[in-house]
Amino acid sequence: MEQKNTLRAEPNKDGHFGPYGGRYVAETLMPLILSVEDAWTDAKSDQSFWDEFEALAKDYIGRPSPLYYADATTKHFGGAKIYFKRDELNHTGAHKINHCIGQVLLAKRMGKTRIIAETGAGQHGVATATVCALFKIPCTIFMGATDIERQAPNVFRMKLLGAEVRQVTSGAGTLKDAMNEAMRDWVTNVHDTYYLIGTVAGPHPFPEMVRTFQSVIGKETKEQMMEKEGRLPDTLIASIGGGSNAMGLFHPFLDDDGVNLIGVEAGGHGVDTDKHAASLTGGTPGILHGMKSYFLQDSDGQIQEAHSMSAGLDYPGIGPEHAWLYDQKRVEYVSVTDDEALEAFKLCTKLEGIIPALEPAHAFAHVTKIAPTLPNDHILVMNLCGRGDKDIFTVAEKLGIKI
Amino acid sequence: MSRIEKTFQSLNRPALVTFITAGDPDADSSLSVLKALPNAGADIIEIGMPFTDPMADGPAIQHASERALAAGANMKQTLEMVRTFRDENTNTPIVLMGYINPIFTYGIEKFTKDATEAGVDGLIVVDLPPEEDSELSAATKDNNLDLIRLITPTTDEARLGKLLEGASGFLYYVSITGVTGTASADLSKIKPHIAQIKSHTDLPIAIGFGIKTPEDVANMAQIGDAVVVGSAIVQNMAEGLKNDDLTEAIKTQVQSLSSAL
Repeated sequence: MEQKNTLRAEPNKDGHFGPYGGRYVAETLMPLILSVEDAWTDAKSDQSFWDEFEALAKDYIGRPSPLYYADATTKHFGGAKIYFKRDELNHTGAHKINHCIGQVLLAKRMGKTRIIAETGAGQHGVATATVCALFKIPCTIFMGATDIERQAPNVFRMKLLGAEVRQVTSGAGTLKDAMNEAMRDWVTNVHDTYYLIGTVAGPHPFPEMVRTFQSVIGKETKEQMMEKEGRLPDTLIASIGGGSNAMGLFHPFLDDDGVNLIGVEAGGHGVDTDKHAASLTGGTPGILHGMKSYFLQDSDGQIQEAHSMSAGLDYPGIGPEHAWLYDQKRVEYVSVTDDEALEAFKLCTKLEGIIPALEPAHAFAHVTKIAPTLPNDHILVMNLCGRGDKDIFTVAEKLGIKI
Repeated sequence: MSRIEKTFQSLNRPALVTFITAGDPDADSSLSVLKALPNAGADIIEIGMPFTDPMADGPAIQHASERALAAGANMKQTLEMVRTFRDENTNTPIVLMGYINPIFTYGIEKFTKDATEAGVDGLIVVDLPPEEDSELSAATKDNNLDLIRLITPTTDEARLGKLLEGASGFLYYVSITGVTGTASADLSKIKPHIAQIKSHTDLPIAIGFGIKTPEDVANMAQIGDAVVVGSAIVQNMAEGLKNDDLTEAIKTQVQSLSSAL
């Protein structure tokens, strides 16, 4: 008899995390989705696959990323002892490269000759274009027209790396529409194309696969914390759009009951307004992009536009494992507003000399709220999942500064 | 016997299936077009349920959804449209086609019940493979609705068995790998696949995607039990918006498609 005493065994064989997840895709794609699953199952238990992944993680990405004791931040708040997991030091400047390396190896293994991906802020697009340049695989990146405009440097980076950037004008021209268009391309080019999904979302096996590649973050954190403090941390904090950096940090700790896990959603103008991207705290269960999860939608099941100053969090859904962990109450989900994230962005930069991306600035905003209330022996780890170079234009505009 | 069965039995030629999006460009015009379809030659009518994120559709049907939603379309109104149509027409089968999220949000059990009461005969849900459709499959059976399965060029023999299990009404053969209203299928390519499917089932096969002109219709009618025209009609709706009589324009188009059979 199977006994469930772990939160780390999901999804089941059909890709369900409790009632969430699954494979809600057009029939044309089903045989391919099943073959991705077979290839992934095979790769997962193949040591040579992991040897190649780990070699690239070490020498190309630059792993392990440091676990940094943020002394100035700790002293500033006078409460919890604060550590940063420095995934912003990875090649390409964010955690996205972890699952891009993993997936490009899988695509190669499957004999796929073309890669497509969606991108919002451009980070996942840049990471995908990077690994495609490394492995000499042609790639097409779908990006909303609105995002192309507000993330021009990343568009240029992708092009330099040899990617074709295809502009998506349907809908509001943001991440959701880019994902729709990538799905349309995939169904049309099903025979030779691999869709390199950029977060723990989409149809099974993508949420589990991306989580597995990203859980290198949590595994390293566990080892590094044992080395530095001789015990597990008390609290882990990560920002959530689709949820890949948070899932990667949290998953190795899910069964460690003493570790509080906090996911920070993008509250935009506030979760009580109609301009936010908090799918869990402000959305309802639904089905889109191949998965059952939580979405921002109206009472008729029409998906609503998300809003966040951070293009990487500007998505009206969330990965299905987060939906399940939310229902299980294993992870606490909170939200912070654009304004709070902007203040946190400035504070982190000044205190630590680290310019964070706007995504982890959301996590840092929550740190600023709880750190002062916690005792000095409370150890808190925040995932600093991306660097802020890409965001300086957005921030300058918000601050009314012309650069 | 269901309306769909009756239709296939009574016709001594392949059936013409026409698609329009509910509420496109607005509720009244859409109803007026719907009412005109049977006399113009539509044997079965597919009505698209508008959705914000129609991932299996090309630009024509995407824009139809956008027009309908902008005019306030919703699931209740779609069912209301069918109910009104049924006041005058009790013979022409109506199949609702769309995506699972609006149905899931409405409530699967409640939706199938309300759809049957409104006079709907079948459902096609494009992003719901058999792996995920157990709840809808049970609910459609309970409410005498046909759950129409999609078979595609990527469907192999092993998968075909899974798709035929629990399929009813007719089978919808997606003739291309791609989205609606784009490329046209090559008859010689799909002919052997249709023959292979026919050797496993007695259900009628409707062929759809990329079928635009009377010539396309005549072509596909050689191998299909029904031929579906969707994007070409919806595209004509978009162009007809500039004309005085939208209904008349669609009627003329459907008459010409029908005369090819």
